[in-house]
Amino acid sequence: MGGVVNAVFAPGFFHSDPVRTALIAGAIVALVSGAVGVITVLRGQSFAGHALSALGTLGGSAAFLVGVSPLWGFLTSGVVVAGAMEAVGTQRRRGRDVATGLVLSTALGLSALLLYFDTIANSTTGVTITILFGSLFAISGITVPAMILLSLVCLAVLALLYRPLLLSSVSAELAAARGIPVRALGLAFLLLMALSAALSSVAVGTILSTALLIGPAATALRLTRRPAMAMAVAGAIGVISTWAGIVLAYDSYHWAPAGKGWPVSFFVVAVIFTLYLVADLGTRLQAARARDRRTGSPAAAQPLATVRSS
Amino acid sequence: MSGDETTLRGDVLALEGVSVWLGGRQILDEVSFTLAPGDFAGLIGSNGAGKTTILRIIMGLQEPAEGKVLVDGRRLGRRNRSVGYVPQKVLIDPDAPLRARDLVALGLDGERVGPRIPSRRRRQLVDEMLEAVDAARFADARVGNLSGGEQQRVLIAHALISRPRLLLMDEPLANLDIRSGQEIVDLLARIACEQHIAVLLSAHDMNPLLPVMDRVVYVAGGRVAAGTTNEVVRTEVLSKLYGHPVNVLRVDGRVLVVSGSDVSLEAVPRQPQPGRPAAEATGRRGGGDV
Repeated sequence: MGGVVNAVFAPGFFHSDPVRTALIAGAIVALVSGAVGVITVLRGQSFAGHALSALGTLGGSAAFLVGVSPLWGFLTSGVVVAGAMEAVGTQRRRGRDVATGLVLSTALGLSALLLYFDTIANSTTGVTITILFGSLFAISGITVPAMILLSLVCLAVLALLYRPLLLSSVSAELAAARGIPVRALGLAFLLLMALSAALSSVAVGTILSTALLIGPAATALRLTRRPAMAMAVAGAIGVISTWAGIVLAYDSYHWAPAGKGWPVSFFVVAVIFTLYLVADLGTRLQAARARDRRTGSPAAAQPLATVRSS
Repeated sequence: MSGDETTLRGDVLALEGVSVWLGGRQILDEVSFTLAPGDFAGLIGSNGAGKTTILRIIMGLQEPAEGKVLVDGRRLGRRNRSVGYVPQKVLIDPDAPLRARDLVALGLDGERVGPRIPSRRRRQLVDEMLEAVDAARFADARVGNLSGGEQQRVLIAHALISRPRLLLMDEPLANLDIRSGQEIVDLLARIACEQHIAVLLSAHDMNPLLPVMDRVVYVAGGRVAAGTTNEVVRTEVLSKLYGHPVNVLRVDGRVLVVSGSDVSLEAVPRQPQPGRPAAEATGRRGGGDV
């Protein structure tokens, strides 16, 4: 028994401060991303979510230059970008896509410059990797209380706006007919996405934070039909994925090539994707079996027409 | 256009001299009509005639430049629970985790903030409503997976669960095959009668509604002629409304409105003709059929 535990959790796992911080921060971030992610997918705003986190790169790299935690940089740029998105266009879908694409690439260009300055200042490329791909082990213990506070704010607002958000995701017209201020609600949700993107960017970086937002949510949609349940399931899947990622990353310090450990973000995203594939395959098989039961003839019993080549 | 008449008849809906301009163009010109409880009315007109604007005015989503709208004898407030609304189509992902019963429950209190406290009474209300629109068998299916007709039923249940006095439907037949469309029309006629509410549904073709419709609100060029089908769908009335000669033809129980010279269903021009008064058919309830 002890052998198995030792094989999974490399020695020192439970006594390491960075690991403990990573476990706590990872869980918080995953819960928020899961809940926000389900609504994001329901509202069809995955691209907006991606844009919000990618644009966080600008804020994160600026924060490094000034010398504050990247969390505040992510947050500031997220809020600004959410406001800009709302201002740019709720009217025309086509215009919005073009505008978003243009702003996105310009901001990333600017980020490239800031990251370059960061690299010069620190004479290391670590900053770039941390901003873009994150590092759960590099989170300083000081930012954890702020992360917890922001998560609680995010979840509380989400709980408050749950029903109007759900209704307006079905049909903005329907929501407006019931007196819901659809536009203000849309902006509120963009801000929630910005908040959640900032948190997950600290954990897995600005590029991969979309994976944490959309991945567990997409898996949860396969597993349940209830909206509130989907949010809980997505949160749980996110927590499992980040924790599994942390364990594997810690183990990887004994792996090839350098014995310096593989990036934890890689493992987190890999686990998220694996879980999605498993859930997708599972539901497909289940659906196929249900179909067979209805028709009364299992697929195996029906010989496939074989084509004989001449 | 008379307030005293409104109070006398206890109308669910009264539009009185409503005019709307959008971007310098007049969309509605002195529109007046009323609906009483139990009325099943068609809002008939071609695309661009002003049907959607009339619906938006009634929901309070748009302010008329002139005239007033009374729902249940009162002016519209922001949150109007006396008007239920079913949009033309909802676009929801087939994977979306939202069951038919969730959407119906949102009709009860979807605009409220804060988490919902589940209760047996709520559940029972939702079940009853699903039963009433014959949607109980797909109550637990994902809304996005339902067919157009099934979604329509769920949306009707969503709109009716808050017990409105007036149900508005935007082109409910536009995306349905003939049979599901007929089923929806029958269902609505039954509900209007049983629950004593007024139903106003927009359509560009009045024929599927003829058997059940007891009022028609005919829209052309931003003006309206309202009354029973027999009163309104007549060559003189519609010619006056359109501002040029049209013919109303009755073929095999179907009604065709054709332009004076051109014989085609959709060939009706829709320029507003300012200066000409809208045809006003004031009588009520002749023989409701054609």
